[in-house]
Amino acid sequence: MGEHVNRWPARLHVVTGKGGTGKTSVAAALALALAAGGKRTLLVEVEGRQGIAQLFETEPLPYKELRIVKVAGGGEVRALAVDPEEALLEYLDMFYHLGAAGRALRKVGAIDFATTIAPGLRDVLLTGKVKEATTRSHDGKRIYDAVVLDAPPTGRIGRFLNVTAETARLAKMGPIKTQSEGVASLLRSPITSVHVVTLLEEMPVQETLDAIVELTALHIPVGRIIVNATRPALLAGQKVTKAELKRGLAQAGLPTDGATVSGLAAEVKAYQTRLELEESLRAELAEAGHPVVELPLLSQGVDQAGLDELAAALMRA
Amino acid sequence: MAELTAERLDVDGLLADPAIRIVVCCGAGGVGKTTTAAALGLRAAEVHGRRTVVLTIDPARRLAQSMGLSELDNTPRQVKGIDTESGGELHAMMLDMKRTFDEVVQQHTTPQRAAEIFGNPFYQAMSSTFAGTQEYMAMEKLGQLRAGDEWDLIVVDTPPSRSALDFLDAPARLSRFLDGRMLRLLLAPARSGGRSMFSLVTASFGLFSRAVQKILGAQLLTDLSGFVAALDSMFGGFRQRADETYRILQDPQTAFLLVAAPERDAVREAAYFAERLVAERMPLAGLVLNRLHHSAVGALSAEQSESAADDLAAAGDQPLTVAALRIHAGLIRQTERELGVAATFTDAFPSVPAVAVAAQPADVHDVDGLRTIGALLA
Repeated sequence: MGEHVNRWPARLHVVTGKGGTGKTSVAAALALALAAGGKRTLLVEVEGRQGIAQLFETEPLPYKELRIVKVAGGGEVRALAVDPEEALLEYLDMFYHLGAAGRALRKVGAIDFATTIAPGLRDVLLTGKVKEATTRSHDGKRIYDAVVLDAPPTGRIGRFLNVTAETARLAKMGPIKTQSEGVASLLRSPITSVHVVTLLEEMPVQETLDAIVELTALHIPVGRIIVNATRPALLAGQKVTKAELKRGLAQAGLPTDGATVSGLAAEVKAYQTRLELEESLRAELAEAGHPVVELPLLSQGVDQAGLDELAAALMRA
Repeated sequence: MAELTAERLDVDGLLADPAIRIVVCCGAGGVGKTTTAAALGLRAAEVHGRRTVVLTIDPARRLAQSMGLSELDNTPRQVKGIDTESGGELHAMMLDMKRTFDEVVQQHTTPQRAAEIFGNPFYQAMSSTFAGTQEYMAMEKLGQLRAGDEWDLIVVDTPPSRSALDFLDAPARLSRFLDGRMLRLLLAPARSGGRSMFSLVTASFGLFSRAVQKILGAQLLTDLSGFVAALDSMFGGFRQRADETYRILQDPQTAFLLVAAPERDAVREAAYFAERLVAERMPLAGLVLNRLHHSAVGALSAEQSESAADDLAAAGDQPLTVAALRIHAGLIRQTERELGVAATFTDAFPSVPAVAVAAQPADVHDVDGLRTIGALLA
């Protein structure tokens, strides 16, 4: 058993965050981290964006669980882009053996219709597939040690995960209701953990706090707050005078003209203003009462090495 | 500041032009779209004397925050504390999706039918959660605002969709939905005089109905059939309005502004959108690139600063200068990275004018901050 099992105890990790916070990268890094020590994980996306394929620079993912990364120690990460239409057909086939009828449904536009008129159904299909992968086993052994879902952004996460509320209005009984109740109970169990990715900027932090309140009210377990793209704090609270800068530049053999000195002083000041804001945002996040993990800013952008770096940071957390 | 290669977008020219009546800000989530829309609205009102309304659709109430308002609702509210000497006014509103949908229903059908529709569980689901309802209703509200002819300029902040393209696709998807075979199928019994749709479907689509029955259950089918029948009377008018709004968007009175931040995903989204606007012959005015970093000491390179910092640090001297040089090197690298990302757009669309807005040390959430952004845009 890898030690991370205790640190990331859930089996279904739902990763959300405001747009632009890097939630897809964080989800991928978490899938990598949890695959360490010979584990197998599944990284899932549900919004048809092909974000995983873009991140790993592969061809667009089909509706199939394919290995995208081999992890040292015999582990692997597989990836799946869930398409609601395919998920519905698979569901029909699995539970009703409706091979031909399923295709007939597609032909008359029933699937497009159903997922258009009742988006709650769409979310049940998507989350239903995630549940199926999370609980799937073969010969009494689970196929995946962990499933990481690159979920919709914070603005829509509550609605997306609150599947029963959406379908209960429409389906008072029948298989849809049963299905959504099954998904709902998994999402409200300790098997699930929702992690919220944020940056140290005001709007993402605000949306993070709002999402935590919303999820808590829905009894969906909130895991960690993951602060992405943090930088080391230099010169926090220190006063830097131009005279001092000028002496330092002179010693380093760099230009000491007025424009350079005051330009650098202004950059330091802007940086410090930013640091103060970040510090107050950190304090706000800490008050939310969930463990906070900080990930470093990747100076070279998000490539495989960068993802490995994030994965290592997540494993230490 | 380090420059974008594209021709500079003339924002003031756009805002001052009396022929421009609608500015649509579109782009990925998290790029500062709402702030840009609000800043443009404020500048149009204060500098160009235009009676301006800003329409935002975001449930996170970002515009409310950035305009220093605690609450917005479906009616435009005048923004206080702005300079009205030029004769302009700024109003802001947030789309109430459900209320707008209710109004559309009321306008297109009898009170009795409307009551039936409101009571149907499908309507309740659709009017609050329909994938695309926000987009439909944003279009509807835009159409209403424009039809009222009360405003010199309407600035629209598009919904935080899965994809920015959803805003453009909403009317087409509605049409496709309404013309769909499935809908006709469900409408058939209502049109043929109240015969149970179930038996009709069973008669003609045995395989199909078996599936539907199994998956959905009979109660759901009855509700759905009722909903579709009730909506049938008003769909024509609804679609016509959506089509009209779409035509307004293609008209030269409209200017689309792509909003992006210098991040890969945001710029990619802007490029998709630009392709679509060109394909749909919609008036693309330019790109606003928010949060671009900038160094006034560009002559001092990142490598030079870092090696000087390393040397000083190794000697154990001048720790403050060491830190300042590292901060500077980080800034230069960030600037270079951002310009590289921006170039992927400007290289692909060399004829689209662009303007960069410098990153602010702190977030904008008051009128003064919006004014600063407006000045940077112009």
